[in-house]
Amino acid sequence: MSIDISAKAIPPIRQTYAHVARRIGEGKPGSRYQEATFDLQATTNFHYRPLWDKDHDIYDTGRTGIEMQDWYAFKDPRQFYYSAYTAARAKQQEIADTNFSFVEKRGLLQAIPVEAQRIVREIFIPLRHVEWGANMNNCAITDCGYGTAITQVSTFNSMDRLGIAQYLTRISLILEQNETTGLDAAKQDWLERDIWQDLRHVVEDTFVLEDWFETMVAQNIVMDGLLYPLIYQHLVDELLASGITVMPLLTQFMSEWYAETERWTNTLIKVTAAESDANKTLLSKWASHWNDRISDALVGIANDALDKNGEATVKQVSHELMQRLQKQGV
Amino acid sequence: MAAKRLNMRKRYEALTRGMGWETTHQPMDKVFPYDTYEGIKIKDWDKWEDPFRLAVDSYWKYQAEKDKKLYAIMDSFAQNNGQLNLSDARYINAMKLFIQGVTPLEYGAHRHYAHLGRHFRGEGARVACQMQSIDELRHAQTQIHTLSHYNKHFNGMHDPWHMSDRVWYLSVPKSYFEDAMTGGPFEFITSVSFAFEYVLTNLLFVPFMSGAAFNGDQATVTFGFSAQSDESRHMTLGLEIIKFMVEQHEDNLPIVQRFIDKHFWRAYRVLGLVAMMQDYMLPNSPMSWKAAWDIYFTENCSALFDDLGRYGLRMPKYHEVATAEAEHLSHQVWATFYNYGHAAAFHTWMPDVKKMDWLSEKYPNTFDEYYRPRFETFREMEAAGERHYINGLPQLCQVCQIPMVFTDVLNDPTMVSRRVSIHNNSKYHTCGDGCRDIFEFEPEKYIQAWLPVHQIYQGNCGGSEVSEVLDWYNFQPEDGGEYVGSADHQRWQEWKGTAESVSDDRTQAHAS
Repeated sequence: MSIDISAKAIPPIRQTYAHVARRIGEGKPGSRYQEATFDLQATTNFHYRPLWDKDHDIYDTGRTGIEMQDWYAFKDPRQFYYSAYTAARAKQQEIADTNFSFVEKRGLLQAIPVEAQRIVREIFIPLRHVEWGANMNNCAITDCGYGTAITQVSTFNSMDRLGIAQYLTRISLILEQNETTGLDAAKQDWLERDIWQDLRHVVEDTFVLEDWFETMVAQNIVMDGLLYPLIYQHLVDELLASGITVMPLLTQFMSEWYAETERWTNTLIKVTAAESDANKTLLSKWASHWNDRISDALVGIANDALDKNGEATVKQVSHELMQRLQKQGV
Repeated sequence: MAAKRLNMRKRYEALTRGMGWETTHQPMDKVFPYDTYEGIKIKDWDKWEDPFRLAVDSYWKYQAEKDKKLYAIMDSFAQNNGQLNLSDARYINAMKLFIQGVTPLEYGAHRHYAHLGRHFRGEGARVACQMQSIDELRHAQTQIHTLSHYNKHFNGMHDPWHMSDRVWYLSVPKSYFEDAMTGGPFEFITSVSFAFEYVLTNLLFVPFMSGAAFNGDQATVTFGFSAQSDESRHMTLGLEIIKFMVEQHEDNLPIVQRFIDKHFWRAYRVLGLVAMMQDYMLPNSPMSWKAAWDIYFTENCSALFDDLGRYGLRMPKYHEVATAEAEHLSHQVWATFYNYGHAAAFHTWMPDVKKMDWLSEKYPNTFDEYYRPRFETFREMEAAGERHYINGLPQLCQVCQIPMVFTDVLNDPTMVSRRVSIHNNSKYHTCGDGCRDIFEFEPEKYIQAWLPVHQIYQGNCGGSEVSEVLDWYNFQPEDGGEYVGSADHQRWQEWKGTAESVSDDRTQAHAS
């Protein structure tokens, strides 16, 4: 026998907000993701033109060449809104924290061979500047982008990139026993050492792009699509193959983060490419331009990190990226 | 050898500074094009003291814990029909105003702090702004989620984003915030982080949250307190930025003072909505607007500006007008909404005898003399079946966009305050010296304003009939007008009538 002890139901007069109902159909309950995402951004009747951009409104579809009938056509497959996002990351950071404490307590990073330590110092740590650049670029997308469906994703992504930069910082602090010398040396490398200069050039060029969707493609699709497989897959695997188990532990967050990120970048490309041939052409142009530039810029780094396999590996990840984009219609 | 210990400050610095660099392939002024044109001079961004000191992983952890609790309470509130515990359904009109007028500002803050988070040259300032950006998204979304349950049971909350971009009274908060967003980054941060979140925040937050607590609104109290821990970080940012700007260069002082003067006045005008909410919309009022102003502005801000005096900053211009208006503000605004209640997406009503007596007590210098007689007349008209509405459209102030209803409280409280400025041979009307000065400093900006009444007359709002305009707003007939007899009122009475049987059912279930 079941006993109903809940309070008497009071029938609601509507199931969700009207703007949500207009998108999902009347009479259906809106999900938390839908209520937190749809139509939050103002679209019309702006009062003043920005002093900092007199050619556009505060939010303006004209800041990109990509055209969409509906800027809410893209939906985050992870359905992240603030609370879902922080809950997911809180879980991941707990694991990362356990890994970092374990490595630190046992002195595992100091115990790895000199050559592997060199790779940590000279390849991984300078990457915090790339992450910082990614943080800036994603902030730029939140600033100039159109529609909450996309700009909240770039917001979460900015935080993620700052978080990843901080994990890289912590790796250096552990390795250098809490001295900041490793951070200073890596910055010096980033600014002066040959192998980094092409990549730094690329990153600086992405800072001044005028089309925010091109920033999206250059940073979140191409740069990450090449760099993450190269570093957090191939390089970490190679270290593991030579018995360095500590790096997979310390970069677990990054590799899981990238696998998750690919899900929404794939969806974003698919949805925008499917919208029109003009979009497809623009996306292809950007993808191929940045793929060429960034692949070239990564060769020196890859050769330094992966010994003789460097260039071939860059070719491979670049090929895989292009295939992946092709699957999404680009 | 044991690793040396890194103190919290050093560690935080390592985690947030030194990642940026002087770009060489692109000029720095092209990478950061917006942080110099306002004339604010920053000699050394590294002098910026980060007020947050929260690494990203700790942020995820703390915020997720807070949200877990918040959403658990939201769920249980909905499941248990928490709306039945409200003091009265009149109360919910305050929340309608909140989601229509305040939540869109939280969202705007989210987007524009990202603009600052990208464009300030200093790393510390950028990180602080990014943290605030994502916090503001949190506030917008938790408000939507909390109020979602009320939207299912009350009218007027069903289409807040559409309304925010169109409705006449919502152009007051919208234009205020867009004014800040369209200024430079230093003006925006002075406006929102200092004038709004530091100087005036207690006049927004405390009235809404204590109002919620006094009227049985557990849901709003919960999100309010959860947001408050973020707000305390934001307030610290507000004070830090002001000190940083004036310490960096002596030329900054007059610019910062002008930002403070302008945005104090702009934000204060928006708070007129809070004043009426506090004095008229809350069935149980914890505190009058006047009392809140005395404490949170007059006392607290005098102390704050005493402290800032050593930097050369003084109290915002026309603060004495705002203080004098404190005895009139809520009555004048409520009377306006009462008269235009048929064109608002919340209900209005005349205070009952008990409430009138409370107002007399809280406003001994003004209520009985200037407002009670008018309100008693409205009550009599209502009793006679002639509830008073005004069908014409009011003239709006060119700057704050509030109908020109404020009176000249310093000289003659019965005379409407009005200023006229001439720009390019056209006349522009403002509601007083505060708004007039703002207009005259940047006339080219304010002549762009999307003034709802002008727009209606120009045929841009769905038609020339009031009913057509209301359709264009997506208002439903049951959204506005008089509370007494409204659909909300009727449903409330039904619930309270059946509330007894709800507990009866529960008892019976236990008994069987």
